[in-house]
Amino acid sequence: MSSALTSARVKSAASEALLSIRKVEKQFAKRAVLRGISLEVASGEFLTILGESGSGKTTLLRLIAGFEQLDGGEIWMDGERLDEIPAYRRQVNTVFQSYAIFPHLSVFENVAYGLRAKAVPRNEIPSRVTQALAMVKMREFERSAPSRLSGGQQQRVALARALVNRPRVLLLDEPLSALDANLRRQMQIELKSLQREVGITFIFVTHDQEEAMALSDRIALLRAGRLEQVDQPREIYGCPKTAYAAQFIGQTNLLRAEVQEGIASAGPITWPTAGPSGPAIFSLRPESIRLAANSQPAAARGSSTRFQGQIKNQTFGGAMDLLEIDCGNSYVIRGRVPSPGSLSGQQQFEFDAADAVRVVESSDT
Amino acid sequence: MYSRAYKSAVTIPPLLWVAFFLLVPYAILFCYSFWSVSSLQTVVHNWNLQNYAQLFRNPLYLTVLLRSIRIAGAVTLLALLLGYPLAYYLSFHAAKRKDLLYQLVIIPLWASYLVRGYAWKTILGSDGVLNGFLQYLHITHRPVEFFLYSPFAVILTLTHIYTPFTFLPIYASLEHVPGNLVEASQDLGASPFSTFLHVILPLSLPGILAGATFAFVLTLGDFLAPLLVGGPSGIMISNIVVSLFGAAYNWPLGAAISFCMLLFVVTLLLATERLEKRFTIS
Repeated sequence: MSSALTSARVKSAASEALLSIRKVEKQFAKRAVLRGISLEVASGEFLTILGESGSGKTTLLRLIAGFEQLDGGEIWMDGERLDEIPAYRRQVNTVFQSYAIFPHLSVFENVAYGLRAKAVPRNEIPSRVTQALAMVKMREFERSAPSRLSGGQQQRVALARALVNRPRVLLLDEPLSALDANLRRQMQIELKSLQREVGITFIFVTHDQEEAMALSDRIALLRAGRLEQVDQPREIYGCPKTAYAAQFIGQTNLLRAEVQEGIASAGPITWPTAGPSGPAIFSLRPESIRLAANSQPAAARGSSTRFQGQIKNQTFGGAMDLLEIDCGNSYVIRGRVPSPGSLSGQQQFEFDAADAVRVVESSDT
Repeated sequence: MYSRAYKSAVTIPPLLWVAFFLLVPYAILFCYSFWSVSSLQTVVHNWNLQNYAQLFRNPLYLTVLLRSIRIAGAVTLLALLLGYPLAYYLSFHAAKRKDLLYQLVIIPLWASYLVRGYAWKTILGSDGVLNGFLQYLHITHRPVEFFLYSPFAVILTLTHIYTPFTFLPIYASLEHVPGNLVEASQDLGASPFSTFLHVILPLSLPGILAGATFAFVLTLGDFLAPLLVGGPSGIMISNIVVSLFGAAYNWPLGAAISFCMLLFVVTLLLATERLEKRFTIS
């Protein structure tokens, strides 16, 4: 799945890292929140820090912004120590989860705030503010009071207020989580195109894996204060390294198998595999499972593995239906197939052995 | 929703209380302010504006009123200068000591007003603690008289008494400044001082106004502190009202002064309330 081209791009990006997070540690009341986080972020990259609540993702963002102090490690930006500079001198801006729009200032003054703080020449301010507001389609609200804006509009103002300062890195702390589903999808698209337009490095924090996959150049999956996997969305989805990554990003079947002489067997299902012998966990995405054509002769199957199962449950999902397949002895596998009409009883299924990806068990916390 | 019976049961008793013990006496007082005292020391019900005219003709009343306003202004300013930094420190920097310090500010409110008044008398008097200390250090050689029985003593005492009243609303408003606004300000490149000036101070303005109103109005109506530590030069307008209702036995004039003060204070309260509303952001 990974092409030589993309891996080369990631490699070159890492070598010219804009932001370098090195062995960062953070504790709150002696409880470790971040443990040895190392991460390089390239210039112009859209990196998503993905994790459940409590995984430490917001803390990592706040460390970069300068709202928290490190307990260990270093953060570098552009060849300089970032973590020793106070927040107000960092060339980093934040879009807060709750927007944090100044309620006593107009939309214009909110956006102008950073420019005034940095003593940008007075005559430059109006044009830069107007430009930033135009970028987020909020020009006509220049004179409005923030209390008159909807959540989505406040979100746009928060974006303009951060971007107008032309930061090296823009930090976004779950900025879309308070928006309703439709607005959220629309903002995702706008955010992505905005990032391409301005070419600023975005570090985006979210707990929503779909959002992470839709937006990011790379995803850093955080779990209980450790990085589980850092990869491009396709890579992390197609080749998850750990059982946790496989489960958290997209849906999957985790097959606990026994491998012997190149054959893996999990319950009633067996398939060829290349790895070493012994117990192993495989991740098999539901969409890798197909309904097999019964008449097809065994010889024509190629590398595909067949198994038989009873339809336990079928959930209609428009283009794709989700099937719960009982393969015998209550060994249940989920499959997602192009809507086949109503199914029942015993059916033949198949999948490509290569789609069963061997993952390691994540060490528990 | 509450039933009608419940609503009436809850609202009518306090309304009656206010009507009988506040509005009715005020109405009687208002009537008094248009009457006069005969040479036989009895109140005559001949309606006229003599009392109000006298207020503006006799320079004594105006002088004392202006002094009262000056003292109230000074106390307000001092209470703000003491209360604001204290509230700011407690709200943003006290961390673990917050509760303890808060209690320390509040506890003096539980001590009787008189106790605190007399304490200052003991401190400022010619045999007082302050004079004793200064003479011990050989800074002065005989007791300094003007510490006590002066406007200075009144201002000092009232500042001590009313600073907690100023502190409380300021502290409440500072506690309500959202932390993420302070962070947003830093994030946008504003130094701590600039953040204070452009975010914290404007957002705590309603608290400052409420605190200043407390100190000003309470001081303006105060008569105990001038009585205890004020002396002749520290007399305030309420002392005049007290004496007019007492020894001088001129209720009509006392009522007229009371009404002017009431009008002044109510106007002030309405004005600050409007200002507070303007600066309060939902």
